[in-house]
Amino acid sequence: MADPLLRVENLVRSFGGIKATDNLSLDVVPGELHAIIGPNGAGKTTLISQLTGQLMPNSGTIHFAGREISRLPSYQRSRLGLARSFQITCLLPDFTAADNVALAAQAHDGHSFRFWGSARKERHLRDAAQAALARVGLARRADVLVSELSHGEQRELELAVALATKPQLLLLDEPMAGLGVTESARMVALLKELRKEVTIVLVEHDMEAVFALADRITVLVYGRVIASGDPDAIRNNEEVKRAYLGDQHVVVSHG
Amino acid sequence: MLVLVEQSLNGLQFGLLLFLLAAGLTLVFGIMDFVNLAHGSLYMMGAYFAATFVAWTNSFVLGVLLALGATLLLGIALEFIALRHLYGRDHLDQVLATFGLILFFNDAVRLIWGPAGLSLPLPPWLTVPVQIVPGVFYPAYRLSIIVVALAVAALLYIVVMRTKIGMLIRAGASNREMIGALGINIKLLFTLVFGLGAALAGLAGLMQAPILTVQIGMGENILILAFVIIVIGGIGSIRGAFMAAIFVGMIDTLGRAFLPDLLRTVLSSAAASTAAPALSSMLIYLLMAIVLVVRPEGLFPAAKR
Amino acid sequence: MKSHINARNVIVALVALGLTLLPAYSALTGNIFILTLFTRIVIFALAAASLNLIMGYGGMMSFGHAAYLGIGGYAVGILAHEGIGSGFIQWPVALALSALYALVIGALSLRTRGVYFIMITLAFAQMAYYIASGLSRYGGDDGLTIYKRSTFGGLIDLSNRVQFYYLCLACLFGGVYLIWRIINSRFGMVVQGVRSNEQRMQAIGFHANRYRLVCFVISGTICGLAGALLANNTDFISPAGMYWTRSGELMVMVVFGGMGSLFGPVLGTIVFLLLEEVLSQFTEYWALIMGPLLLLIVLFARGGIMGLLGRLSRG
Repeated sequence: MADPLLRVENLVRSFGGIKATDNLSLDVVPGELHAIIGPNGAGKTTLISQLTGQLMPNSGTIHFAGREISRLPSYQRSRLGLARSFQITCLLPDFTAADNVALAAQAHDGHSFRFWGSARKERHLRDAAQAALARVGLARRADVLVSELSHGEQRELELAVALATKPQLLLLDEPMAGLGVTESARMVALLKELRKEVTIVLVEHDMEAVFALADRITVLVYGRVIASGDPDAIRNNEEVKRAYLGDQHVVVSHG
Repeated sequence: MLVLVEQSLNGLQFGLLLFLLAAGLTLVFGIMDFVNLAHGSLYMMGAYFAATFVAWTNSFVLGVLLALGATLLLGIALEFIALRHLYGRDHLDQVLATFGLILFFNDAVRLIWGPAGLSLPLPPWLTVPVQIVPGVFYPAYRLSIIVVALAVAALLYIVVMRTKIGMLIRAGASNREMIGALGINIKLLFTLVFGLGAALAGLAGLMQAPILTVQIGMGENILILAFVIIVIGGIGSIRGAFMAAIFVGMIDTLGRAFLPDLLRTVLSSAAASTAAPALSSMLIYLLMAIVLVVRPEGLFPAAKR
Repeated sequence: MKSHINARNVIVALVALGLTLLPAYSALTGNIFILTLFTRIVIFALAAASLNLIMGYGGMMSFGHAAYLGIGGYAVGILAHEGIGSGFIQWPVALALSALYALVIGALSLRTRGVYFIMITLAFAQMAYYIASGLSRYGGDDGLTIYKRSTFGGLIDLSNRVQFYYLCLACLFGGVYLIWRIINSRFGMVVQGVRSNEQRMQAIGFHANRYRLVCFVISGTICGLAGALLANNTDFISPAGMYWTRSGELMVMVVFGGMGSLFGPVLGTIVFLLLEEVLSQFTEYWALIMGPLLLLIVLFARGGIMGLLGRLSRG
C-alpha cells in the first residue's frame, strides 16, 4: 500500500471524565474515500475537529503528507491542503455564495495584506470561485446571499468552499445531514465525481450512501475503532453488528 | 510595620467595597447576560440618598437604611421601565443604552443637588479609633465597613449557594427556558436580582460617602475598576469577583501608600512623586493585562453556558 | 444595473456638498460660529469613521477610542511645549504613537471576545487617561495649552479658520476614501469575513487575529490624526478629552449614523453634535434629554440614520 496521506496514532481527547477519542489510530491512503461511521456520540465530529485543528488532542499524533500537524492551528493545516466541511452549516451568512468561495480561493493565493485594489474585481479569484460553484451545481446562484440559499444549496456551497482551497484531503462531516431524497442523491453523485480527484474522509449517517461510496470504512464506538476494512468486511463483522443492533442504536438510514 | 497593618486594612476595606459593586455587576451579567454601565450611577445615587436622608432624619442609621431602600426601589423601577427591554439584545445596544442612562443620572443629580458635592458627616460613635491589637488603632468607621461588607458577602454566598431562590438564580443563569417551564415567573426573578444588585451598589456608595466627597461622576471610575475586577475574576463568578476585588483593593491602596517611597530609592525625589501616582493607577491595569494573557477567561471562570 | 440615485446617496452627496461649501456660507453671512462648530464636527466625524472601521466592518466593539484622540493630541501638545512646532514632525509622531498604542493594546485585547473586549479596551483607555493625568510636566489634570498651532513651512496656515477647516475636511474625505478602499480590498474582505464567521475563516486558511490586529492599528492611527487635528482646533489638550465618556460618545456617533455603512458615522456625528448644540441652548441640563433619547434610539431605531434612509430608498 502507498504511504498514508493521513496517519493518526494513539489519539486521545477527553471532556471531563469522558473519553470522546480513546487511543484512536487510523490511516488514510491517497486516492481513497474513507468513511467513518458509528452510532451517535461515537466521537466522529470530535475526531474531525482534531484533524482540522478546531480542537487539540490530549495526546497522540497526527501526520499529514509526512508532516506532523498535531499541534498546528487550523489556518495552517488549511494551507497544507486539509479542508473540511462542517456538520452544521458554517458559512458567511451576509456574503454572497461567490464571495464565500472567492475568499477560500484568496486564502490560498498569497497573503491578504493588500489594502487598495478591489478584491471583487480580481479576475482569477472570481474565476476560481465560479469554477468551484459550477462544480457543485451552484453556478447560477453565485450572487445570492448565503442567508437566502436553501439548506441543500448551503450544503453544496460548503463543498464548493472546501474545494476552492485546492485540498489534498477533504474531510466531510455529514454532508447529507438534513437533505431530502433528491438532494441526497445529487450529493452522492457529486461525491462520486469528486473522489476521482481528491482523497476524502467522509463522516456520514446515511449507510446507503456510505456503502455505495466508500473504499474503506472505519467504525467508531465510544471513541474507539472497533473495525476497519472494505465495505463487505464491515457488513459481515460481528462486532459491528453488535454495536449497531445490540446497543439499540439502530442506525439504518437518517436520509 | 504599623503603617503596613493600617494600609493593609485600608486595602481590605476598599477591596470589600469594590466587591459589593462588582457582585451586583457580575450577578446581573451572569444571569441576565446584561451589561449595565449605569451600575456606577446606582452607586452614586446610594451616596446622594444617604447624604440627603441622614441630613433629614438627623440619624445616621435611619438615613442609611432609607437610602438603601431608595436605591433598591430605584433599581427596580429602572429595570421595570427601561432595562428589561434590553435583555437578549446585543451587548453593544446594552452598553449604549446604559451609557445614555449615565448621562441622564449625572445631569439629574446636578439639577436636583447642584454641581457642588455633598458631605456625609459621621456620628461621633463611629469616629473613635478602635484598638484592634495592643498598640494598633484603627478608625471605627472603616472597621465597620469591613464588618458589614464581610457580612453581606457571607449572606450573598449563603443566598446564592444554599437557598431555593439562589438555586433559581443559578439555574436561570444556565437555562432560562427550563426556569420558565417550571412555572417560575422569570421576569419577577430578574427584577429581584436587578434590585439586589442595585442595593449592593447603593450600599457600596453610601458606605464610601463619609470617606470621600459625594459628587457627580463618583461612580464612574469605580465602575471601571469593578469591570476590571469581574474580567480578572471571570464574568458571572461571585467567588472570582470576591478574590479579584480584594486583590485589586490591596494593590491600589498599597501601591498608593508605598510606591512613592519605593521609587524614591531608585529615582530622584521629584521624579518619584511624579511617576508614583500614575504608576499605582496603572498597576491594576497591568495586572489585568497579565491575567488576560495567561487566562483570557479570567481566574475563576463561571460554568460555561 | 442598480440605480445609484436613491434617498441615501442623494443625502450623502448633499451633505458632502454642504460641508464643502460651508466656509462660503459662513463668509457670506458673517456667521463665524458655524464654521467653528463644523470644524469640530468634521474632526469628530473622522474619529467616528475610524471607529466604524473596526466596529462596523471588523466587529470589534472598542470602548476606548478616545485614547487615540488623546495620544494624537498630546503628541502635538508636548512637542509644541518642547519647542518643536513643525507639523512635519508633530503629526508623524502623533500617528506613530497612536499606531504603537493600538498595536500593544490590540495584541492584548484581541485575545478576548464580546463583552470582555468592550471592557478591556475601556480599561486600557482609562489607563492612558491616568498616564496623561500623571504628566505633571505637561499640566497633569489641568491639561496643557498649545500656544502655537502646528506649522507646515508656510504651505498652510492652521490659524486661518478657513484653511484649517479645509484641512480637516480633506482629512475626513481622505479618511473615508481610504476606508472605502480598504473595505473592498482583499484585506477588507478578510476582516469582514472574520466578523461574520471566525471559525469558517480559520478553517479556510486565514489567521483571523492577525488581520483583526492590523485593522485595529489602522483604525487607531486614523483616529490619532483626528486627535492631532483636535488639539490644533482647541489649542489645548487635557486628560478630560480622553475620558471614557468621550469613547462612549464616539460609539454613539457611529451607531446614530449606522454601523457598517461608509458615510453613516459622518451623518451620525453631525446629528449628535448638532443635537448637543441645540439642546444645550435650551437648557444647561441637555443630557437629561440626550440620555433617554439615546435609550429610545437603541430600542427603536436599529441601523441608525443610514438604515432609515436605506428603508426609505427601497420604498
